[in-house]
Amino acid sequence: MIRVPLRPLAKVIAAREMGENPDVAEAERRAAALRVRRVRERRRAEKRLILVACVVTLAFGWVGFRMGDLSFSGDGRVMSARASEVLRNARADIVDRNGEVLATNLNTSSLYVETRHMVDKDAVADGLAAIFPDLDRDTLRARFDAPGNLHWIKPQISPEQEQAVFDLGQPGIFFGSRQMRVYPNGQRLGPILGGTRYERADTTGAEIIGIAGLENGFEERLSDPARVDEPLVLSIDLRVQTAMRDVLAAEMERLDARAAAGILMDANTGEVISMVSLPDFDPNNRPGFGGYAGDSPLFNRASQGVYELGSTFKPFSAALAMEMGVATPETMIDTRGPLRWGRFSIGDVHRMDPQMSVADVIVQSSNVGTARLALMTGTEAQQDFLRAFGLMEPTGLELPEARLARPITPERWSDLSTMTISYGHGISVSPLHMAAAYATLTNGGLRVEPTLLAGAERPGEEARVISADTSAAIRTMLRRVVAEEAGTANFAEVPGYEVGGKTGSADKPSASGGYDRDKVIGTFAAVFPTSAPRYVLVVTLDEAKTFAYGRTWRTAGWTAAPASAKVIRRIVPILGMRPMPSAPPAPLVDVTLTGLR
Amino acid sequence: MTDMVHGSVHVDPYENGEPGLARWWRSVDRWTLALVLILFLIGLLLGQAASPPLAERNGLDPFHYVTRQAFFGVLGLTVMLIISLMSPSAVRRCAIVAFIIVTIAVILLPVLGTNYGKGATRWYSLGFMSLQPSEFLKPAFVIFAAWLMSASFTRNGPPGRSLSFLVLMFLVALLAMQPDIGQASLLFASWGVMVFVAGAPWAVLIGIVGLACGGLYAAYLLFPNHIAPRIDRFLEGEVGANSQLEFATTAIREGGLFGVGLGEGSVKWRLPDAHTDYIVAVAAEEYGLVMVLVLLALFLTITLRAIWRLRLEKDPFIRIAGTGLAMLIAVQSFINIGVSARLLPEKGMTLPFVSYGGSSLLAAGITLGMLLAFTRTRRQDDLEDALYAGHVE
Repeated sequence: MIRVPLRPLAKVIAAREMGENPDVAEAERRAAALRVRRVRERRRAEKRLILVACVVTLAFGWVGFRMGDLSFSGDGRVMSARASEVLRNARADIVDRNGEVLATNLNTSSLYVETRHMVDKDAVADGLAAIFPDLDRDTLRARFDAPGNLHWIKPQISPEQEQAVFDLGQPGIFFGSRQMRVYPNGQRLGPILGGTRYERADTTGAEIIGIAGLENGFEERLSDPARVDEPLVLSIDLRVQTAMRDVLAAEMERLDARAAAGILMDANTGEVISMVSLPDFDPNNRPGFGGYAGDSPLFNRASQGVYELGSTFKPFSAALAMEMGVATPETMIDTRGPLRWGRFSIGDVHRMDPQMSVADVIVQSSNVGTARLALMTGTEAQQDFLRAFGLMEPTGLELPEARLARPITPERWSDLSTMTISYGHGISVSPLHMAAAYATLTNGGLRVEPTLLAGAERPGEEARVISADTSAAIRTMLRRVVAEEAGTANFAEVPGYEVGGKTGSADKPSASGGYDRDKVIGTFAAVFPTSAPRYVLVVTLDEAKTFAYGRTWRTAGWTAAPASAKVIRRIVPILGMRPMPSAPPAPLVDVTLTGLR
Repeated sequence: MTDMVHGSVHVDPYENGEPGLARWWRSVDRWTLALVLILFLIGLLLGQAASPPLAERNGLDPFHYVTRQAFFGVLGLTVMLIISLMSPSAVRRCAIVAFIIVTIAVILLPVLGTNYGKGATRWYSLGFMSLQPSEFLKPAFVIFAAWLMSASFTRNGPPGRSLSFLVLMFLVALLAMQPDIGQASLLFASWGVMVFVAGAPWAVLIGIVGLACGGLYAAYLLFPNHIAPRIDRFLEGEVGANSQLEFATTAIREGGLFGVGLGEGSVKWRLPDAHTDYIVAVAAEEYGLVMVLVLLALFLTITLRAIWRLRLEKDPFIRIAGTGLAMLIAVQSFINIGVSARLLPEKGMTLPFVSYGGSSLLAAGITLGMLLAFTRTRRQDDLEDALYAGHVE
């Protein structure tokens, strides 16, 4: 207990003098002080209580505001989603270079029910089961009784089905607007277009997104609301695409090939006019993944797969030697084989002259000769040269698949690697790489980038990789490969179109390591017409073989070369190319040409 | 002894001669009485929507929980009326005795309690019902703390505020160990407002706020499995696609302004706690934002009316105790609705009078009954104060 301070004696004495009881006076004073303190405390409490009331009001107002925000955000979300869904629903068409529709949208409906609005659930279940044979009455009935109001029945229905459902006259059944992506040309452009699927769906619409091919590569562009009315124009020519696919499919059958790929490219601009990969698929109905990836129709052999393309590389080695000045087309090369290098030896398929000109090395496809050329130019120059042609990096093609096709080069690039790579072994590139490189090699030496979009320009001088003279010399050699008796690609001749090209036959790497002699990838890389190159064609056949003269032939000269000739024969009329008269006298050619034009 | 301490029991001049019930009717806050009745009816209405799915899951009669809620609600309302008839001093005596009993019950929970597989041991099983003593601890503690605090208003009284702080810390630790951070926070918040109204200096108040923040952070660190994930999810603003909170949010969105209609909601089928912690989600889905705002307005009005009537209260005990009880109701409903509105981390907390739960309904009745007893109009010696007020300025 705290002691109460003593009263001042003076006050006690004063009180006594006045005749008052000092105790009473003191008690009154204390009571007054206590009351004052009480009142002060009460006022402070009152102020603080009002403050508490304000805070509580604010807190509750905040909760109420948040609740309102939340419940209206629901509406807002649906509305904004509805607005953007409509836009996303719309997806730009894809057309070929002539305006033919390759991909477009169809209006369809999705089917859903809201049990809340149903009057007769049994009748709805019966009716739907009658219209859609794949729906089961009892299952539907069970779903209607399950928790939740909205149930999806079908993602897409036909107009006839929609009418039939409508005629049921049952409340609670609803149609959601849907856009369906349609590819009128089916299989023909499957590997190029890829395909789409629905991403997010609600009753107002469904978002279509590209999952492969151009649909995926141009996802932003195709779904851009600002550009939906503007079709995406491809460099593809549907007629050429159809023709090439038909020919290659027939050739694949005839030559018993496992797979085939073909690319037709504008030699001067890099535009891909046609790109075929067989077996292919229908983007309207994409198959699933599974099995060995190399056999999957989803695998794009033209732009995605990388292969050792063999002797088609040889012209690059000759071009390099000419560019470096170490050889001319007439320079004689020692082609005696086998060429021994350490534990390895390089030989040729058949006997050759001991000495041949560079041009003959190409024409007759001598591995030994090409390897000796590569030794003359060296490893570093070869790497730089191949890089300049784009053979060391993935191509810039707009397909997402093509960006995965990174060429496979040796980890340790030894002199032996340089020699084998000079004739196309030890380096794997895609047929698309090869087409673009051949375009660069033969169009006068200007680097082209492969593209699937129409409107590519011929590159300028800044894109020069090799001199126009070297390019012309290479074209002459390529023409001789086809035109001459000794050339490896006589079967590729199409009279009047000056086809030039180079075969490549590469043994496939076997699963157990090493190479498999019986499994050959045959490639023919062609350019035509060689006097003024317009198109590059690369045809690759996987494990093709043909029987003639009592034996089985697997080399490209017997498989890819004749297939290419058939392709060219079919497409030149479409491309509007007239045959040149096959009169060899040189002066006459010019006269006739000018006369024709 | 207690009378001597605060010596503030006023003898109503009308007491003699006027029947007790008539006096009660004249002095009690009839508006609040009506609002509580409305709350209880809304609770029954929502319970009819929210609990049949649960009953179905548990293989019970569809209206099992509604019947029980009606029973306990009527029980709670009766208790409320009886308590509101009592004088403040009688309320205080009962509450202090009850406080001691309930505290012992909470202490013994880990030994004698049942956890019902819910991760926290909070219940005593009584056979036909389960009791959650912490629900009763809150109002009892408020009275106990108010008693201690008001004691410090008397000359040479004990240091009541500090003592009440010690008791609070003990109880908060006890609740946090269950772990029931929600109830601990509620207790702390109510005590904080009481001490504020009791006139604690600002420096002390700032210290209390700091302590609350530190305590929550400590809880975050101490319960990495129970508390921390909820806080993390809340802070990151994302909740799992299948969490209760996500369903609740979807339900609120579905509901919009006027709701999807009676019995048409789907959230109650998905939320195990639809009838208790997320009753607001059911309300928002079936009756829309309007119902949520009505609920908020009801709780806010009850709180504000109590504060308004306590504003001029002369007796510090009644003032502080009433404030504490009003805050219990306000903070609890704020937390419950705030969780559904995603203002607060997930925290199981019932909505007084509306959520299902025997203990919750009874405790709400007791709380409101005491609040009504404290807010009854009383003679406040206004003239005397007015006369002396001149000395204060």
